[in-house]
Amino acid sequence: MRTKPEPVFEQPWHAELFALTVTLNEGGHFSWPEWAQRFGSTLKSHGLAKSLNGGDDYFLAWLDALESFLAGLGVAQVDELDVLKSAWIEAYSSTPHGAPVKID
Amino acid sequence: MPHDTSEQHHPHSLLPSDPALRVKALETLLVKKGLIDPKSIDEIINTYENKIGPQNGARVIANAWVDANFRDALLKDATASLASLGLSGRQGEHIVAVENTKATHNMVVCTLCSCYPWPLLGIPPSWYKSDAYRARAVREPRKVLSEFGVHLPEEMNVRVWDSTAEIRYLVIPERPENTAGWSEEELIKIVSRDSMIGTALVVVPT
Repeated sequence: MRTKPEPVFEQPWHAELFALTVTLNEGGHFSWPEWAQRFGSTLKSHGLAKSLNGGDDYFLAWLDALESFLAGLGVAQVDELDVLKSAWIEAYSSTPHGAPVKID
Repeated sequence: MPHDTSEQHHPHSLLPSDPALRVKALETLLVKKGLIDPKSIDEIINTYENKIGPQNGARVIANAWVDANFRDALLKDATASLASLGLSGRQGEHIVAVENTKATHNMVVCTLCSCYPWPLLGIPPSWYKSDAYRARAVREPRKVLSEFGVHLPEEMNVRVWDSTAEIRYLVIPERPENTAGWSEEELIKIVSRDSMIGTALVVVPT
C-alpha cells in the first residue's frame, strides 16, 4: 500500500524558505539545534490560536521564526526587509504580465 | 472557437502572496549582502525535490531484510552503516534505527518541530508537521495508528520515539512473511515512506 503522492513542497516559497535556512545554517550563521529551538517555540505560539495543519501555516511559522532569528543575529533587519518587500510589490505592479519581474 | 483569454489577461504581473514576497525580500537581502549564493538555493531545492526521498530509506530496509550482518550493524550503529552506503550528511548526522518485531511496534514523531532523517526519507509530509500528529502521537499512539489504518493487537507494545535536532530515527518495519525469496529490488518497491516512520505496516500488494 502506498500513500498518495504529494508534492515535496506545496508552494515555491516553502521550498525557497527551506533552502535559504539550510544555506544559512551551512554558512555557519547558526547551528541546526539552535534553529530547531527557535522554530519549535514559534510553532508552539502559533499553535495556541489554532491547530496548525502542517502546510502553509507551518511555513508561515518558519518564516516568522527565521525573520526574528536573523534580526536578532544582526543578519537581516526588519526595516531592510520592508524596503525590499515594497520594491518587489512595486516591481510586480509595474511589470507587464509575462515579462520577468526584477528589482534593482 | 476563439480562445477566451479574458481570465489570463492581466495588465501587470500577478502579485505573489504576502509570505512569498517576504521570502523574496529575505533572499534578495541575503544575496546582496553576499551571505548566500542563489545557485546553492536552486541546488538545494533540486536535491530535495528530485534526488533525495523515501527510495533511499527503502533501499536500506530491503538491504537489512536480506543481509543479517547489515541489519545487526544498522541496529548497533546506524549512522556508520548508513555512511558506508553514502547516506549521510545534512540532518543525518546521528540516526538511530529501531526495529519492529512481533512484540513491539515503533513510531516516530518530532514534538518540537519536524526533525526527520532527510538523507533517508527526504522532506517530511504535511501530516508529520501538523500540530495534531505532533501532539497526539505521544499521547494516544494507538488511536493515531488506527487512523492510519494500522490496528495492532492489544498485547503488542507501542514505542514512540521523539526526534530531536540531534537524533533522528528510522523504523525498520517487519518484513511480510509471504516475501520469502524476493529479490532486494522487489522488496524495495513495497517499503513505503510511512512504514519507515511507523505509521504503516509493509504489506504485499494484492
